[in-house]
Amino acid sequence: MDNRTKINEILNGIAGKPIAPADDESLFDSGLLDSFALADLVAALEKAFDLKIPDADLNPRKFDSIERIESYLEDHGK
Amino acid sequence: MPFLREFASYLPERIVSNAEIGSHVGCDAEWIKNVSGIEQRRFAAADESVADLALRAAQSCLAKAKLSASSLGMIMIATGTADRQFPGPASTVAHRLGLDSTPALDVPMASAGTLYAMALASRLCESIGEILIVGAEKMSSVVLRPPMERGVAILFGDGAGACLVSPTEGKARVLGSTLHSDGAFAEDLKLGFDRPLDMNGRSVILQASRKVPRAISDLLARHGRQAADVRTFLMHQANQNLIDRVAQALEVPAERFYSNIARYGNTSSASMLIAAAEWAERGWPAGAPVCFTAFGAGFHWGALLAES
Repeated sequence: MDNRTKINEILNGIAGKPIAPADDESLFDSGLLDSFALADLVAALEKAFDLKIPDADLNPRKFDSIERIESYLEDHGK
Repeated sequence: MPFLREFASYLPERIVSNAEIGSHVGCDAEWIKNVSGIEQRRFAAADESVADLALRAAQSCLAKAKLSASSLGMIMIATGTADRQFPGPASTVAHRLGLDSTPALDVPMASAGTLYAMALASRLCESIGEILIVGAEKMSSVVLRPPMERGVAILFGDGAGACLVSPTEGKARVLGSTLHSDGAFAEDLKLGFDRPLDMNGRSVILQASRKVPRAISDLLARHGRQAADVRTFLMHQANQNLIDRVAQALEVPAERFYSNIARYGNTSSASMLIAAAEWAERGWPAGAPVCFTAFGAGFHWGALLAES
């Protein structure tokens, strides 16, 4: 399964319904996810990609869109 | 061995409903409740200062402990909404308690201030005696400052909570504490001079929801306990959803976290001790560990473990 598919599965799971954000669309400003879902998103990414995201990297902007999530994963060898 | 001897609180009389605060920022009462768990908060009178609030809680705590202010070895006042840059309210409160030489320390840390004060007092009390800690906030002076911002205005309330830390007696002995700070996020929750409160809510929630459970788990492990062993968690009342999330991370029922945020909102440094005072009124159960925890601007966070 490629990264994009995994990310979409995670987002749908957190939202509790299928969502289809544009690559650069803010997941939070758009209202697709609320602020508390951000912590769930980070935890799900850690689990799905076998990744330990340090607190210092937990800038909400880094996980604000599919594009940014993909970029973060790529920067960390995923 | 340090003890938590007594708790007390003071809440201003004026109740401000979600409908009232929502009318200032264009949102309805139900939405406020859904996003925060808050149904109402208290606002101090215009002529009521942070020192006034702190004094009421301090007097109540000393009265409940049947202790004269002259017996205190130190006073610590935690606040993020002091009336002026300096001096802070600590010396004023000490003076109004009739003291003229007892050291009075300001802890201007906002939400985590009382936790820090409790941890420090627990270490200091054996050498300097009884220490009175008060967290007092007049958050209304901040949230009503224009331009009012919806995400901030709906959350906060005024109040004061107090705790007496003793080297000899109390409801529970302090087993240990853990304190942490990370200035990398100092810009994400700040209050400048004559400026509105500036809060990156997503960052606060994200960091708090990871750091607080970790701090609690580390502290409990150090003392050979697990989250399931803790009878009650007395957490800074920031947001009901955050409290529930921390409970979930620790895999304990949300009911283990005492909550009064629906009635008082987020009273910053005062909230944890207001919660403790209410909870302790019911009687401190024997042999039950209780865990205090807070997270706030700085970021500063930590936990303190006590047991009767």
